[in-house]
Amino acid sequence: MSEATTTVPAPTARAIPLPARRVLLVPVLLFGLLALLPLAVSLGLPSHWLTLVTRAMIFAIAALSLDLILGVGGLVSFGHAAFVGIGAYATGIMITEGLAETLLILPVVLAVCGLFGLVTGYVSLRTRGVTFIMITLAFGQMVYFLAQALSAYGGDDGLTLYQRSTLLGFDAFGNRIGFFYVVLGVLLACYLLVRVIVASRFGRVLRAARENATRVSVTGFQVSQVRLVAYVISGLIAGLSGFLLANQTEFVSPAFMSWPRSGELIFMVVLGGVGSLHGAIIGALAFLFAEDVLAGWTEHWKAIFGPMIVLFVLFTRGGIVGLMRKLGAGRDD
Amino acid sequence: MTTGLLIVQILNGLQLGILLFLVAAGLTLVFGVMDFINLAHGVQYMLGAYLAVTFVGITGSFVLGLVLALACALVIGLALEFLVFRHLYARDHLDQVLATFGLILLLNQGVKMLWGAAPLSVPVPAFLSGNVALLDGILYPTYRFALIGSGLAVGALLWFVVEKTRTGMLLRAGASNAPMVSALGVDINKLFMIVFAFGTMLAAFAGAMAAPILSVEPGMGDNILILAFVVIVVGGIGSIRGAFVGALIVGLVDTLGRSFMNDLLRLFMSAPSARAAGAALSSMLIYLVMAIVLFVRPEGLLPSKGRA
Amino acid sequence: MTEPVLVLSGVQKAFGALKVTDGVSLSVAPGQLHALIGPNGAGKTTLVHQISGMLRPDTGSIRFRGQDITGLSPERRARAGLARTFQITSTIPSLSVLENVALGAQARAAHPLALFRNAARDEALNAPAWAALEAVGLTERAHVLAGRLSHGEKRALEIAMALTLEPAAILLDEPLAGVGREEGERLIALLASLKGRYAMLLVEHDMEAVFALADSVSVLVYGRVIASGDPATVRADPAVREAYLGEEG
Repeated sequence: MSEATTTVPAPTARAIPLPARRVLLVPVLLFGLLALLPLAVSLGLPSHWLTLVTRAMIFAIAALSLDLILGVGGLVSFGHAAFVGIGAYATGIMITEGLAETLLILPVVLAVCGLFGLVTGYVSLRTRGVTFIMITLAFGQMVYFLAQALSAYGGDDGLTLYQRSTLLGFDAFGNRIGFFYVVLGVLLACYLLVRVIVASRFGRVLRAARENATRVSVTGFQVSQVRLVAYVISGLIAGLSGFLLANQTEFVSPAFMSWPRSGELIFMVVLGGVGSLHGAIIGALAFLFAEDVLAGWTEHWKAIFGPMIVLFVLFTRGGIVGLMRKLGAGRDD
Repeated sequence: MTTGLLIVQILNGLQLGILLFLVAAGLTLVFGVMDFINLAHGVQYMLGAYLAVTFVGITGSFVLGLVLALACALVIGLALEFLVFRHLYARDHLDQVLATFGLILLLNQGVKMLWGAAPLSVPVPAFLSGNVALLDGILYPTYRFALIGSGLAVGALLWFVVEKTRTGMLLRAGASNAPMVSALGVDINKLFMIVFAFGTMLAAFAGAMAAPILSVEPGMGDNILILAFVVIVVGGIGSIRGAFVGALIVGLVDTLGRSFMNDLLRLFMSAPSARAAGAALSSMLIYLVMAIVLFVRPEGLLPSKGRA
Repeated sequence: MTEPVLVLSGVQKAFGALKVTDGVSLSVAPGQLHALIGPNGAGKTTLVHQISGMLRPDTGSIRFRGQDITGLSPERRARAGLARTFQITSTIPSLSVLENVALGAQARAAHPLALFRNAARDEALNAPAWAALEAVGLTERAHVLAGRLSHGEKRALEIAMALTLEPAAILLDEPLAGVGREEGERLIALLASLKGRYAMLLVEHDMEAVFALADSVSVLVYGRVIASGDPATVRADPAVREAYLGEEG
C-alpha cells in the first residue's frame, strides 16, 4: 500500500505550518529539581526526603503508566496495583530462590506482567464503562488473594527479602543516592517512552478512540486491539515500578496490590491532571508528600485524606497541571 | 466428603449468596437507574453491622436494634446522598469512583475511631439461638436459616416492588432509558433518592443480619463490595434477576471451592501441594468464573432488557 | 456495462417484531450518486449502519467491489474502501482538523499503528490530509480543534475524513442536516465536485439537493424500497407522491 499517494484532487495543497512546539517548561523543571534533590540533602535537607522522593518516584512510574490507559485511552482501570504487585512478587520470589540478578529478574517481571495484562485485558476490554471498572477491580483482587494464599512466600504476612537485586553480580542498588538516580533514570526513560507513544500513530488512534470509538472503527482501526496493546504496555511499565518497589522496601506483601492501592494510583493521576503524563508524576509526588505529612500528624490521617479527595473531585477540574495552566494563561493575558 | 458436610456447605454458600444479593441488588439498581458507580456501597453494609452492634447493645433486643440500625443507616445514607452523591450523578465514572473512594477512606477510618479497630460481634438473638437437625444428625444453626429465609423474603419483596408497582415500573424504565423517564414528567431527582435510599437499606440490612455470624470490623464492607461487583458483572448490570442468580453462583462457588478444592486436588497430587494449590485456586475461583462468563457473554448472564 | 460498486440484495433487519429493513435491494454504479430518500422512520440510517457494518442484517447480502462483505467488521469494510459520514456529526473533538483527516490516511498507510513514529509531523499522512482539506475548503482551519468548528464545517470535515480513506464508495447520512443555507450550498457544490470519482450513497431530506445531485434515486418507506430509478421517473411515480404527500410539502 502506498503512503503518500491520494486520488483526492490536490492542485496545490498548501500546508499551513504547525503552531510552534510548546516549551516543555514544567516537565524540564520537574526532572531538574528531582535531579538536584541529593545535592539539597547533602546541604542539609532531612535525609528522610531522599527515601520519600525515591518511593514517590517509584509510584510516579506506576501512575504514569496508568495515565497512558486512563488519561490518554479513557479506560478507568481500577486494578492497576496488581501489576505493581506482580512485578514486586516476581522480584521477591526470584531473590528468595537465589536468583538476584537484575538481568534475569527483569525479563521475568516483564513476561509475567505482559501475560497477565494480555489475558485480563482481553477479557476486560470486551466490556466498557462501569463494567470495565468493576472487572479490573475484581482481577486486581484476584491477584491479591492469590498472593495471600502463597504460603511458601509469606502468605498474608508478606515476604522479607534478605538481599536486593544485583546487576551483573554487583550490589548496584545498595547505595541510597545511587538507587535514587536509578529510579529517576527509569522514571525519565518511561516518561519519554510514553510521550513518544502518545504522539505516535498508535497514540493518535488511542486518543481518538477515547472520544469517539465508532468513528475510529469506521475509519478502519480495530479499537479493541489498540486498547489491548496500550493496556499491556501500561502493565509492563507498572511491573517495572514493582521491581523497584521490592528493591527499595526489601519486602513484598499482598498489601502492595490491595484495591485501595489501585484507588490511590487513580487519585495520583487525577490529582496531577489526567492525560498530561507529567501530571501523573506531580500527582504521585504530591500524594506521597501529603500522606507523609498527614501520617506524621495523626494515625487517623485517612479520615482527613478521604474528605480531601471528595472535595478535590467536587470542586476542582484538571488537577494540578490544569491549575498551573490556568495560572500560566492568566499571566499571559 | 460426606453428604452431610456437602449439605452444610451448600447452606453456607446460600447464606453468603443471600448476603451478596442484598448488597448487589442495591448496587445494581443504582447503576442501572442512575448510571452511578458507588464504591461506598460496601461501607453502608459495614455501617449496618456497626450500628447493629451499638443498638442491639443499647436496647438488648435484636429486633429493636435492627430497626434502629436501619433507621440510622438510612439517615446517614440520605445525608451522604445530599452532601456528596447528588453532585456526582452528572459526572463521569472516573469522578464517581474517586469521590466514593475518598468516602470509603473516611468512613473506614471513622468507624475505627468510633468503635475501635478490634473485631466486634452481636449475640445471636435468643429466639433464634438453637440448631436445626438435618439428616445424619448434623446440626445447622437456626439463625443462619433465619438469615437465608429473611434474605429470600426481602428478595421476594424486592421482586414485587420492581415488577408489580408503579415505582418499580419507573425503575425498570429508568434502568434502560433514563432520559425517557424524565421526559415522562417524573421527578428524576426524587426517583434517584428513592432508589438510593432503597439500596442503602438493603446493604445496611445485610450488614446487620451478618453481624451475629461474621466479625464486625473496619474494612468488612470492602470485601463484600468487590464480591458484589463480581455478582453484578456475572449477572448483568441493572438486572435484579441477574443479581440474584449471580449472587447464588458466586456464593456457592466460593464456599464450595474453599471447602472441597483440597479434597479434589488430593486426587491428583500429594497432600501438601494440594493444600497450597487448593488455597490459591479456591481464592481465585470466582474470578475465574467471572472471566469465563464475560468471555462467553460480555453483557452478563441476565442483562436488563434494553441495555446494549 | 460497468459492474456496480455496491450491491444490496434482499437485505432484512428486524428489531423484535419491527421490520426496519424489509428486503432492500439496490446498487450503486462507479462514480454515480445514488440518493436514498424516504419519510422519517423509513429505516434509512439503519440501512446505512448495515452497509457500514455497525449493524448486521438478519438475511440478505451486501457485496462491495465484487466481494461479499455482509459478515465483515466496520474496520475491515473501511480498509476495503467503504467510507461513511454520520447523521449526527462524528469527529474527534480534541484533535485538530488536520489530525482528524490524517487519521484516514493513517488507516491506509503501511504501518497504521506504528508505536514510535511521530504522527503529527508525518508528511506521509499530512500530505493526503492537506489535499482532502483543500478539496473541502477547510485549509484555513487545519490547526483548529475539530470541536471548535461550526456545524457546517464539521460536515465538510467528515467528508474530508472519508476522502483520505481513498474510498471506492462513500455513504453520506444526511450531510446537509442542520446546516444553514449558505453552508448548505457550499456542501452541495462539494458533493457535485466529487461525482464521477466516487460512488456515493446519499441519504438526504433536502429534495432540492437530491434532485440536483442524484443520478438515480431509491425511495424507502417502512423499510421497503417502493420505487427506484432515475430522478424524473421516481418523482413522477404515484406511489412516491402518495408516500410523500404532506411529508415534505
